Amino acid sequence: MKKFLLAASVSALTAGAALADEVRIGVLLGFTGPIESLTGHMADGAELAFQEINDAGGILDGQMIVPVRADSGCVDSALAQASAERLITSDGVVAIMGADCSGVTRAVLENVAMATGVPMISPSATSPGFTDFDSGGLFFRTAPSDARQGAILAGIVMERGFETVALTHANNDYGAGLANAFIENFEEMGGTVTVVVPHEEARGDYTAEVGTLSAAGGDALVILGYPDGGGSTLRTAWELGAFDQFFIPDGMFGDDLIASVGEALEGTVGTLPWAVGEGPDRFHAMAEEAGFAGESSFTRESYDAAALLALAAQAAGEATPAGIAANILRVANAPGEEILPGDLARGLQILAEGGEINYVGATNVELIGQGEAAGTYREYVVEDGQFVTVQFH
Amino acid sequence: MDILNALVVLTNFVLIPGLAYGSQIALGALGITLIYSILRFAHFAHGDVMAFGTAFVILGTWGLQAAGISFGPLPTALLALPLGIAVIILYLLLADRLVYRFYRRVKAKPMIFVMASLGVMFVTNGLTRLLMGPGERRFDDGQRFLVSAREFREWTGLAEGLALRSSQVITVVVALIAMGVLFWFLNRTKSGKSMRAYSDNEDLALLSGINPDRVVWITWAIAGTLMVLAGTLYGLDKSFRPFTYFMLLLPFFAAAIVGGLGSPVGAIVGGYVVAFAEMGITYAWRRVFSHLLPADWMPAGLMQALPVDYKFAVTFGILVVVLIFRPTGIFRGKTL
Repeated sequence: MKKFLLAASVSALTAGAALADEVRIGVLLGFTGPIESLTGHMADGAELAFQEINDAGGILDGQMIVPVRADSGCVDSALAQASAERLITSDGVVAIMGADCSGVTRAVLENVAMATGVPMISPSATSPGFTDFDSGGLFFRTAPSDARQGAILAGIVMERGFETVALTHANNDYGAGLANAFIENFEEMGGTVTVVVPHEEARGDYTAEVGTLSAAGGDALVILGYPDGGGSTLRTAWELGAFDQFFIPDGMFGDDLIASVGEALEGTVGTLPWAVGEGPDRFHAMAEEAGFAGESSFTRESYDAAALLALAAQAAGEATPAGIAANILRVANAPGEEILPGDLARGLQILAEGGEINYVGATNVELIGQGEAAGTYREYVVEDGQFVTVQFH
Repeated sequence: MDILNALVVLTNFVLIPGLAYGSQIALGALGITLIYSILRFAHFAHGDVMAFGTAFVILGTWGLQAAGISFGPLPTALLALPLGIAVIILYLLLADRLVYRFYRRVKAKPMIFVMASLGVMFVTNGLTRLLMGPGERRFDDGQRFLVSAREFREWTGLAEGLALRSSQVITVVVALIAMGVLFWFLNRTKSGKSMRAYSDNEDLALLSGINPDRVVWITWAIAGTLMVLAGTLYGLDKSFRPFTYFMLLLPFFAAAIVGGLGSPVGAIVGGYVVAFAEMGITYAWRRVFSHLLPADWMPAGLMQALPVDYKFAVTFGILVVVLIFRPTGIFRGKTL
């Protein structure tokens, strides 16, 4: 026991010593829970940015960035807050890349980040609720708000000639926020939503939900959720012959959906935040080299969120929560030299010399309002078990 | 024609799913009722042991698939059933030896048994997650549909579709066979009769020379078989996920109590009562009535008694009503 205590105190001392030339940044994502199939790639995306910076000699004259992963559970606010508190108090992170799902992100922001003054950049919290929320300059996101996605999806449904639809959404901040945005826009365009049924994740059977949707009727079914519950709902609805055409948002996108839902998905149309141009192309090449799926949902946004945190620290001249928070908008937007994925070393150098940069990154980052992405969307359709791009909005 | 359409909608959304779900609950409730009447405690580990057994069936299915063995149009999982059943019987006998036997020796109160089974539940819960993880698994293969909704519409020319999955038919058929064998065993064989005697009056049964250990073993073996059957059928029909199996505990107990604890017939009837009540009360009847009523008689609403989220509330409601007005259940079982 004495030996163990001695060893523990020695390792604690060396850890303390190591802190001097390293900067810790939290990577708070739902490694368990409904989007666990996405978060592995997202974390890899974020860590790719940190790795690129460390390979170039780190930030602020040689301080290395150490990412610390923690679990948000996606739908478990208690777990997410406990993880965030651990990151800040025990691991001593200066900023958090995360959280992921809107509900837990809001909980962590209000109860942990705002209480301790630590800035967060979420790569995937898309609830419209954040647009008007005053976080005191601590919250940013590289994913665009669902208010915009709702409008675009409504336009796509209308354009394809479906004027009455039934709608089901995941029973959380993300699903409800997106549903509100969709309904508002769809009804403005003259469409009718016959019924709105919230669904829970992780149920064995969705027959009852589908029965209600089918009873209300509609030419198509809009499912605003995750591959898990939303995917099961889609499959059940198709198998019972209740609906033939489905519309889905970014949360449902993923190869897992095709694997689990199969032929029912054929012809399904959806939206996904996407960017085209040199930035995303370069990022996809880098991801492929690093050995993870760069095209998976929110992986690009994760890289950008991580890069922004590091660049902001460099711009501030100090790796402190307040310094990072104050400089994120400055490095993200014009004026300045455009920085693409792979250019992070150059960006750091320009900042070190007192210059200005305009981080473009993997998603053509432009932060508007209090600090959320403007965003472009990809419209896709499922053909022969593949997501095929139709056009960009 | 309209009546036919209404019937088809009802069959598609309520009758067929209800019948399959009811059979799955009935198998679970049978196990609960057997353990309650012979071992004399409420077995809380039922759902999780069921998940643990199904996990082995899934592993067996994967093994068979890897070896290139299939069961033709039927799901391969049916071939892997014996493996799951064998493992679970051994597991339950081990649990009995390590946990329950001690409390039986000291003649502990039923409540202490319940708490012990709660402990077994947590341990099993963890074992299942270690083995399979917390995520969803689908392991059905073979032919998925006997009748698909689109084919049905083409054949009959009706406006409404009807889907009949092979897993639903398999569920009902296997459940009926299992129930038949169980009743034959309880009523016609010597072991079955000794179990019923032990259940009626323990002291009298011991005096007449019945070996109590043997009765306990047989009970666990039958209950384990029923659990793995119920779990595998539920997983084939819907999907496997440890958490949903744990949640099945509520409808299981509701079915056993509604039917009358200790009564096998009651457990089966209770299973269907709970399933159809859950389905019927949360179903939106608008579509059915739209085919029956003239258009101007149709009300504006969905004709739904309770939103879908309240499915479990329905089960609780039935439980409360039965416990207040007829605590012995439909078939005059024991009271908790």
